[in-house]
Amino acid sequence: MKTAEIPKEIMNSSPYKPMKAKITKTYKYTDQEKFFRIELEGKKDLGHLPGQFVQVSLFGYGEAPISVCSSPTQKGYFDLTVRRIGSVTQAMHRMETGDMLGIRGPFGTSFPLEKMHGRDILIIAGGLGIVPLRALIQYILGKRNDFGDVQILLGCKTPKDMLFGDEVVDWQRRTDIKFNCTVDKADPDWKGHVGLITTLIPGATIAPRQTYAVVVGPPIMYRFVIVELLKKTIPENQIVVSLERKMQCGMGKCNHCLIRGVYVCQEGPVFTYEQLRKMEGECHEGECHV
Amino acid sequence: MKYAMIQKGDLSRWFDSLKDKGKIYGPKKKEDAFVFAPIEEFEEMALEYIPTILPPKKYFFPAKELLFDFKVQPLKTSKAIESFEQFILFGAHTCDIAGIQCMDIVFKEKPEDPNYLNRKERMTTIGYECMHYCDAVASCAAVGTHVPRGGYDIMLTDLGACYAVHINSDRGESLVSGKSYIPEMTEGDRALLKKAQDEKAGKFRTEFKSGMEVVDKAFTGGFFSKVWQDVGRRCVGCTNCTAVCPTCYCFDISDEMGLDLSEGTRYRTWSSCQMDDYARVATGEDFRPGRDGRQRHRYYRKFQYPVQKFNKYFCTGCGRCTRTCMAKISLIETVNALIDDEGSPR
Repeated sequence: MKTAEIPKEIMNSSPYKPMKAKITKTYKYTDQEKFFRIELEGKKDLGHLPGQFVQVSLFGYGEAPISVCSSPTQKGYFDLTVRRIGSVTQAMHRMETGDMLGIRGPFGTSFPLEKMHGRDILIIAGGLGIVPLRALIQYILGKRNDFGDVQILLGCKTPKDMLFGDEVVDWQRRTDIKFNCTVDKADPDWKGHVGLITTLIPGATIAPRQTYAVVVGPPIMYRFVIVELLKKTIPENQIVVSLERKMQCGMGKCNHCLIRGVYVCQEGPVFTYEQLRKMEGECHEGECHV
Repeated sequence: MKYAMIQKGDLSRWFDSLKDKGKIYGPKKKEDAFVFAPIEEFEEMALEYIPTILPPKKYFFPAKELLFDFKVQPLKTSKAIESFEQFILFGAHTCDIAGIQCMDIVFKEKPEDPNYLNRKERMTTIGYECMHYCDAVASCAAVGTHVPRGGYDIMLTDLGACYAVHINSDRGESLVSGKSYIPEMTEGDRALLKKAQDEKAGKFRTEFKSGMEVVDKAFTGGFFSKVWQDVGRRCVGCTNCTAVCPTCYCFDISDEMGLDLSEGTRYRTWSSCQMDDYARVATGEDFRPGRDGRQRHRYYRKFQYPVQKFNKYFCTGCGRCTRTCMAKISLIETVNALIDDEGSPR
């Protein structure tokens, strides 16, 4: 095979080698979720967009794909919020400020920021779905005049599971966005809404044609939320989701994330409902029959 | 490029001349089957063979490939492989060469895969054309891989007393040039080759019940066909079919630590879309549960997705998946069943 046309640097390097990075801040939001602020070596910018993810590399444990939860408008660092669930994330939860880890990426597509420009934005976050959406919310709030009405609907299991508590308080207080929150199960101090996130949608005021709905949550949530959004007559190509899949490489090679010929790591993780429908049979998030 | 000739009796002599160009791997009999293995002497080889248990991918996409070495404290990475081996793949069938061409496309796609490319760059491919069917489960004629279509340095075609030598690269040229016993092809030899090719063309015909246009249509319309449930019910999930496939390259990445836990190696190993946990994430959510969905995925990975992406079938028709299947799932029968179910005229 002729490989002459492939530069020597590529033959001598490896896209599997991560960049060195340092944890500069941690915060334990819940027993399960921990926040990490990460600085790449030399304070280099990650160069990501909201919705993209990185492969976090802990030598001896392996890699895990994690959404970036800070806006690229914040320079010199980026944030991750990680649920303790697999072997890499368990080990990551034991890490503290000053510890080093490896980062590859950013990978994948971002939320369609250009198309969302000037439109009304409806953000629907269920559980850990708020993590990638925090990057989008920060981005939108930083460029607030570039967008129309902004609404955030946030749902979690119990008030104790709420992430980004201080920021959530700020979102609630702001007058330039609408914010609504619900829990599946309340505790005695909870004064807000109780019920699944789908119960917040019928009451929301939405101008469907000019709205981009961005939905991120557990797989089961999509089917029910998308049905509600379709009832509101939001066009299929303006319902935006982010899919979770098993990934090993992030570069469209290992194939674990392939669904109906689509690599979630490259052509996703951000998709529109219109795109999900074309993956019928392999993508249960998109199976919303109305 | 050009054609030459070699007498069958001289092949062993030529083989000996290749020994200093690198390690030679070729087909060898192993119990009731064949394998690619290191060859020391020409006589060890079995050039007339049915496709080997594993395809030659093991030489440029090893089952366990070292990606890099690392140190934990302080964090550091370094090359895991200092130098790659120079080697010759001797006697590869055209179906397997087609498989190599598929793998090339994937691993040359950006970002390029340096492990693969470094190994492939050091590989010389000497093909051996099949003049008749190896057995009844091959489907090479359907996908057109029964004839040489590039991807090799040299191709040998049996013409009775001698072999036609198709020289297809500068590297191939360097292996035969200056050898008086490998003369350029004469007009007469050329006619002999043409005759052999014509005879061969009469023996090979599409193994599916219809041509590939109909197969394409069957796949386009057959995603929800009951054929997949039938296949899924019979599949035992052993993953043999993907291990032996010349175009299967799914992998997992893992770390291996040294005993003192301060350094280790990151490596990749062959994975399989037929594994139960292939698409299962840490939360337990399984995005492709069921053997029916997983078998369907395997077939679409050969007959539709790569056609959409690279305009190329990733089935080489070698028949290995059928030969190795513990549940006797046949690729030809499955494709035919799909044609019956979905591709029939409406």
